[in-house]
Amino acid sequence: MFGALIRIDSVTKRYPDGTVAVDRLSLEIPDRSITVLVGPSGCGKTTTLRMINRMVEPSEGTILIDGKDITQQPVNTLRRSMGYVIQNAGLFQHRTIVDNIATVPRMLGWGKEKARERARELMGRVGLDASLAKRYPYQLSGGQQQRVGVARALAADPPVLLMDEPFSAVDPIVRKGLQDELLRIQDELGKTIVFVTHDIDEAVKLGTMVAVMRTGGKLAQFAPPAELLSDPADAFVEDFLGADRGIRRLSFFPSSGLELLTSPIVAVDSTAEQIAARATEDVPYLLVTDLEGRPLGWGEPDELTAGEIAPERLLPYGRPFTAGSGTLRAALDCAVLSPTGWAVAVDGDGRATGVVSQQTIAEAIRGAHAEGRTDAKAAR
Amino acid sequence: MILNFVNAFFSDHAHWTGYDGIPTRVGEHVGYTLLALALAAAIGLPVGLLTGHYGRGGNALSLIATAGRALPTFGLLVLMTLLLGFGLVNVMIPLVVLAVPPILVTTYEAMRSVDPSPVDAARGMGMSEAGILFRVELPVALPLILSGLRSAAIQIVSTATIAAYVSLGGLGRYIVDGLYQRNYEKVIGGASCVAVLALATLALFWAVARVAVSPGVRRSA
Ligand SMILES: Nc1ncnc2c1ncn2[C@@H]1O[C@H](COP(=O)(O)OP(=O)(O)O)[C@@H](O)[C@H]1O
Ligand SMILES: [Mg+2]
Repeated sequence: MFGALIRIDSVTKRYPDGTVAVDRLSLEIPDRSITVLVGPSGCGKTTTLRMINRMVEPSEGTILIDGKDITQQPVNTLRRSMGYVIQNAGLFQHRTIVDNIATVPRMLGWGKEKARERARELMGRVGLDASLAKRYPYQLSGGQQQRVGVARALAADPPVLLMDEPFSAVDPIVRKGLQDELLRIQDELGKTIVFVTHDIDEAVKLGTMVAVMRTGGKLAQFAPPAELLSDPADAFVEDFLGADRGIRRLSFFPSSGLELLTSPIVAVDSTAEQIAARATEDVPYLLVTDLEGRPLGWGEPDELTAGEIAPERLLPYGRPFTAGSGTLRAALDCAVLSPTGWAVAVDGDGRATGVVSQQTIAEAIRGAHAEGRTDAKAAR
Repeated sequence: MILNFVNAFFSDHAHWTGYDGIPTRVGEHVGYTLLALALAAAIGLPVGLLTGHYGRGGNALSLIATAGRALPTFGLLVLMTLLLGFGLVNVMIPLVVLAVPPILVTTYEAMRSVDPSPVDAARGMGMSEAGILFRVELPVALPLILSGLRSAAIQIVSTATIAAYVSLGGLGRYIVDGLYQRNYEKVIGGASCVAVLALATLALFWAVARVAVSPGVRRSA
């Protein structure tokens, strides 16, 4: 089963106490992609999400899934066709991991063994070791529990996945792992995912489309992340995006267009002639690699003595970027971190494939921006 | 001195047979206890589970519970006897009134103290309200609910001696008759039986909790 298109049509939610949590919100959530709802705390993200599975009923407006009004089917049938993941995972502490994941298939009438088999398959899919199957939730870390939460939501292969700040309660490193895993799973499964977060970086990283909401439950902007970063609709969105949106936007441009220089690279066992031949006017430093071609560090040509290159005396080369898949942001970061001002590109195995200067990267950025503007115009 | 009485009571062969023998009296006592506990649970559990699940009626509950606790059990027995004459019903009413409050209040509290996130997750994945109550909340609330049942059971065991005052059986017989006959060996023997029964009740509940409560709940509690 594949994802479905969700249409939120001028929906308002007024709580009994008078709070207007969502105000005439209209949103077309594309199928088979991740749409992120982002905004400050209390802006109505959770309310919006919970109206999709009718945990909250709209005061006005309608929500359609694949053209069908969601109120047209029994509420539990609707909910069983949507995975639901919440912040603290909400696992059932009296059930083992495998039985937690098997919950919805069991509700749908699957046999116990078939449901467990499916649960085990999903454990693999979300990166949980099979040995955890018989454990109880208290025996798992927060990150592992959250993976179980995702697996449980995916168990019955629902076309839609609703996620409410699922990774907000775990530490940054675990969060990054979970985000990468979600993107990988989404590549394989192609669900329609609605993902709520208050973290704009998470939104930009995960979203195919990002809906920025402002306090009072109003939509501020609905756009792909690159467009959000280049053309924020107003001061609120710009402010919410934070200070370095220019730099962050570079993550949307590939570094593959950068012209890499291979001449200033020497192996650690190079002869004096080889070093002399590589030293040119426009490249003040040489990158020294080990015998396999992995970078060791930068050195000035006159200080490199053949046969006596001491790797520990070389200048550090910062963090290299991957030549094919890396972004302009990674390349720039690398150049800025490097004391020589030159970034090192490596291949998948960590072997140096070339070096590139800050100037070259800056030109590439200018080029990308110019192209981005024409693209944006063409899209309109 | 007391130990001598206890020893004498339990080593007398006459005390082990017949309609006034220990097995008979223990059997009667256990019978009263089970009946009263079953009745109290039949009232307290459903009301506690439902009010706890829906989160309503907490105030009314604590009011009823306080009122129930304030009623003197023995006074109620006398009143019932005056109104209804001698009989099992007269004994059951005060015992049930005694046992309902701990069951009701603890069950309500146990349900209220269940973490709301799994309940939210369960509802969001389309579980029915009954499913949520029995398969999500109850298993987690079970240890506390059992502790409520346990205190109710212990109270019934020690209070069921009042049955003897209205000419019924049970271990109270030894105490009432012993006091009347100034046979302190009998009084203390009866009291020891009640104490042993109370301990057995504790053991029973411990065993039930071992079997019925999921290891995942036991360890994370
Ligand atoms: N059940 C409720 N009753 C009354 N007000 C609520 C309720 N739930 C949320 N709100 C209010 O609605 C607004 C939006 O809440 P919510 O959707 O949870 O925001 P977010 O998820 O973006 O933080 C907030 O002002 C919140 O206080
Ligand atoms: Mg929220």
